[in-house]
Amino acid sequence: MGDLQIKKQPKKYDAIIVGSGAGGGMAAYVLANAGLKVCLIEAGPMYDPAINTTQLKNPWQSPRRGASTKYRPFGDFDACYWGWQIDGEPFTLKDDTKWDWWRARMVGGRTNHWGRISLRFGPKDFKRRSIDGLGEDWPIGYEDVSPYYDKVEKLIGVFGTNEGLHNDPDGIFLPPPKPRLHELMVKNGAKAAGVPVIPSRLSILTKKINDTRGACFFCGQCNRGCTVYGDFSSSSVLVKPAIQTGNVDIITSAMAREVLTNSDGMATGVSFVNKEDMQEYQVTGRTVIVAASACESARLLLNSKSTRYPNGLANGSNVVGKYLHDSTGAGMSGVLPELFDRKRYNEDGVGGLHVYTPWWLDNKKLDFPRGYHIEYGGGMDMPMYGFGGGIENQNGNFLVKGKQKEAGGYGASLKEDYRYFYGAGISMAGRGEAIPLESNYCEIDPKVVDKYGIPVLRFNYKWSEHEINQAKHMKETFKEILHKMGAVITGGDKDGPQNNYGLHTPGNIIHEGGTVRMGSDPKRSALNKWSQSHECKNLFVVDGGQFTSQADKNITWTILALSMRASEHIVEEMKKQNL
Amino acid sequence: MDRRKSIKALLIGATSAGVILEACNTADKKASDAATDPYAGVDRMAEEKEHLKKVNAETFFTEHEMATITILVDIIIPKDAVSGSATDAKVPDFIEFIVKDQPNHQTPMRGGLRWLDIQCLKRFDKSFRDCTEKERMEIVDEIAWPKKAKPEMGQGVAFFNKMRDLTASGFYTTEMGFKDIGYVGNKATQWNGVPDDVLKQYGLAYTDKEMKECVSFDKA
Repeated sequence: MGDLQIKKQPKKYDAIIVGSGAGGGMAAYVLANAGLKVCLIEAGPMYDPAINTTQLKNPWQSPRRGASTKYRPFGDFDACYWGWQIDGEPFTLKDDTKWDWWRARMVGGRTNHWGRISLRFGPKDFKRRSIDGLGEDWPIGYEDVSPYYDKVEKLIGVFGTNEGLHNDPDGIFLPPPKPRLHELMVKNGAKAAGVPVIPSRLSILTKKINDTRGACFFCGQCNRGCTVYGDFSSSSVLVKPAIQTGNVDIITSAMAREVLTNSDGMATGVSFVNKEDMQEYQVTGRTVIVAASACESARLLLNSKSTRYPNGLANGSNVVGKYLHDSTGAGMSGVLPELFDRKRYNEDGVGGLHVYTPWWLDNKKLDFPRGYHIEYGGGMDMPMYGFGGGIENQNGNFLVKGKQKEAGGYGASLKEDYRYFYGAGISMAGRGEAIPLESNYCEIDPKVVDKYGIPVLRFNYKWSEHEINQAKHMKETFKEILHKMGAVITGGDKDGPQNNYGLHTPGNIIHEGGTVRMGSDPKRSALNKWSQSHECKNLFVVDGGQFTSQADKNITWTILALSMRASEHIVEEMKKQNL
Repeated sequence: MDRRKSIKALLIGATSAGVILEACNTADKKASDAATDPYAGVDRMAEEKEHLKKVNAETFFTEHEMATITILVDIIIPKDAVSGSATDAKVPDFIEFIVKDQPNHQTPMRGGLRWLDIQCLKRFDKSFRDCTEKERMEIVDEIAWPKKAKPEMGQGVAFFNKMRDLTASGFYTTEMGFKDIGYVGNKATQWNGVPDDVLKQYGLAYTDKEMKECVSFDKA
């Protein structure tokens, strides 16, 4: 460390982008294609699903047979590097807060393994305060974002169907895959319970859309990344083509430390530490676009203190870090006796559900605001670590080939049981909208730094009765659907008021947003309607941080649309010499 | 350190062609390693490679423990008309690996094996391994059936449940296990919906809307 010095890069870029996930990848793509010179900073290593393959690998190609590790919490073949914890990069919790935080460190970020559920927000989702008096309206409406959803759908591709639902808008869809067997049973059970089920909307190419990406070949492994780019990942669909324009310099293993500003209060660049040589660097540019993920972006801004911005950058309103919210989540699982001893065939399908339930009720008649959608799982999955686990809780409860057996056991009879029960599982998961509250926040821990000396985040979060009541409703709905399907519930039915009806720990659903929110009032929001800082005009935040509220729709599709919108605005403003 | 050099080294975007070429060479090398290393060719980040090296350098179970595990896994999954046994599928090797990779298994496994030996020692004056098949099965039958097991055998039941789970994990995640269970996916295909005979079996059908809207492929 004797020769520690800050290495300044002489090249001045048009834009410095921090983070290469959905928001940063889209910004790089739009700006680079407009001919601007871009420097893209990513905290993890290079990643390209065509090169860094786990797709189509068999469980015996993993010594742990696909079990999870701290490096890959969603399993040994999951594409995402890191997750719930990162060596040398802690975060802390205030008081009795429980908060889960998934962080990816790789080009493309979490888009490399996400569920590809690609839902437009609807007109109501931007104006919730006007409807129920809670939270805040966005400074923009569906009509502002709709043209960008169109463009994103044409550029990236999504399957689905136009159902004419007001708050689940129609889009530009590729054909969806046919429902799997258990999904047909879900449809019937849900119908009997008065719950609609429609084809899911996933950014997976059921048909080829251009010559740079192949079509889906139905291996059901989108979470492993796709070697033919048949699904959307920022790494393959945005970052790679952005680099190919020749206008992007990408710096990997670079952990942003601060956004730099000058005496006029304008952003001038970004300082970062290179994780490999542990040296300090600075890059400079006309604009800085932050897309490090909702909480990391808030952390970066709060750590970017100066005489001009003593409270952190873009934080004159003091809202940065606040209004943190994740989707609500609760689930239930069971078995369908009808599917015992079922015929075998390949039903991998696409890497996700083929059908889902959009929110269908009127909150005026319910004891909670905001809705949830339902995701369904089941089928003849690939055996992985954990296969057949806990069979002693199952094989004594059902007749096996007409015979009552004792629970547990061993031998040829046990092998028969594994075969008999295979593929009969069914699961449901609700994903709902939480109310963003000022009292739920991340802030800089006054005492703790990570291994790079960067002050870390401390979280404070508590679910409100709105979310708890919503989880209770989810459970009642799941029970009803499972009952109507003829399923036997095996998990998730013991939850009650003692554990918030199984409502997951906040952060666990990995849809965090709201920490650098947009608004029309600079006193109560960090960004204007162009994802632009109210007080530092050449600073933009284009990830989930900007979300005023996040609907019961997974937020990635809207991150992409808003990032594209902000980036096109930046191009226009640069042409007009306003930036 | 030369400032210019360090910057140049960082800006891999400027030399992305070189990086891609280098990545290709690495991929080729990985492919040639595949013959000797069953885990080669699967993407791993640097930290994971380090971790694997560390785990592989350790030995957890003693020779006696491994011999006991080998007997137990074949009681749980023996050869039958459909497939081979747990040892045919190298389940003991998997168990040795997984307890090192997930250390929370270590105490219950080591302690459970010793619990089993102590039971046998008290009853037959021998370790489980040295018991006759009849003696072994007498003990196993007291811990393999959770609902009818005597309360004082509770620790043995918990151990056998764990053994059963680890054996199933290790067996069904092999080629032999795939064939046994009938999993036929994990390959490129075209999803045309549930096969007609299966739809018929369950009295289900796709709606006209689904047939019209969903992607379909010419049946071969």
